[in-house]
Amino acid sequence: MTQPGLVIDRVRPDIGAASVASPSRVEVGERDVRNALRRQIARLERESSAILAGAFPYISLADLPDFGRGAATGGPCLLTLAELERIRDHLAGQVQDLRRLAVRRVEHERRARELLDGMKLEPGRYKFVRLPVRDLGEGGCGVWEVRPRLGLIGMLAGWWHVKLSSGCPLPRGPRNLRGPGVGGF
Amino acid sequence: MSPDSSSAGREEPAAAELDVAELELGWRARELEQDLPELRLMIAQARVARIGSLRTRSPPGIEDRLRELSNRFRGARAVTVRREPVPAAYRVFFRQIGLDPDVVRTPIEAAALERMMRGGFLSGGMLEDVLLIALVDTGVPVWALDAEAVNGPLGIRASSEGEPLGRTAGAPPLPAGRLVVADASTALASLFGELAPGHRAKADTSRLTLFAIQVAGVPSLYVEQALWTCRMALEAP
Repeated sequence: MTQPGLVIDRVRPDIGAASVASPSRVEVGERDVRNALRRQIARLERESSAILAGAFPYISLADLPDFGRGAATGGPCLLTLAELERIRDHLAGQVQDLRRLAVRRVEHERRARELLDGMKLEPGRYKFVRLPVRDLGEGGCGVWEVRPRLGLIGMLAGWWHVKLSSGCPLPRGPRNLRGPGVGGF
Repeated sequence: MSPDSSSAGREEPAAAELDVAELELGWRARELEQDLPELRLMIAQARVARIGSLRTRSPPGIEDRLRELSNRFRGARAVTVRREPVPAAYRVFFRQIGLDPDVVRTPIEAAALERMMRGGFLSGGMLEDVLLIALVDTGVPVWALDAEAVNGPLGIRASSEGEPLGRTAGAPPLPAGRLVVADASTALASLFGELAPGHRAKADTSRLTLFAIQVAGVPSLYVEQALWTCRMALEAP
């Protein structure tokens, strides 16, 4: 942990050599450095939570390459400077990965919206293209699809339109096709 | 999340009798005072009005309150709870003491996950229910020790190598430097962890020592409210 103009009191052996000459030569104790690290950890944790909560369910920690390899210690304790630095660095990496995923997700949704606009403007160019509403960042199981009007007639005549499917499957499975009164209740 | 002014069981037992002065502030080891100045242990004593009721089914008022909280606490809230000020403060503090809140969940997030997995806040006996209501209402976790098994004032300190967690025979040893809630002689609970065996409230416990941990970013009002909620429910006749 070195910054220009920062001199750390080397009270403990686990602190790296960190003496940097500068015009101002500010003397800072180890405790101040640890406090600064805690503040950085707090900021990174809040940013990480904001990204995860905002992009749920499209981004999760499981998408990260180093998920499960956290910098946590075995239990609650007062952390040394080195441990705080390790946690800060791990969180910083995590936030960077999350930001990258969030940007990718925004781009994915933007492209999906453009596709949907195109499908609505010129359905004939996007025959049978299906676009799940999840790709647009919306909840539910609906799917936008370009289909022919009136089935085969529309297909032959070039009458295409965009339809939004009705949504999620029923919790008890498909409706009984044999009609009421036959099989079950 | 804001502290709810209603009592846990909606029975409003002598709320005026409860006084801020009845809450005690626990001691802290010197290194904690210096390193984590906003970490506080707040303590309240509670007399159990209906002795023998702690493990039995909760009164209807408490069960109703749990149901109401289950209805209010839905999936969307469970997802965003980590961004609310009080839960976020505990997440940050977990990181600062070496716990990964995505592995060792903060109490409110653990409760939210249980709510989602089980479809509601299910009753687990009166004491468990009361502590859960306080947690969901305020975001502040409260623990209850058997007051008879507490020796002297409670505080927070780091453990020494091999120190037992609790006074019972066969108490698990602690590693050096583990943050614990301790009385004058013994570690009684790992910070944000399990209570020591032998110090938990038993079914026939008549006096409880309730404690809550306040960290940076958690207003005192929330901690006081959490402890009061528990006291009022436990002391209701």
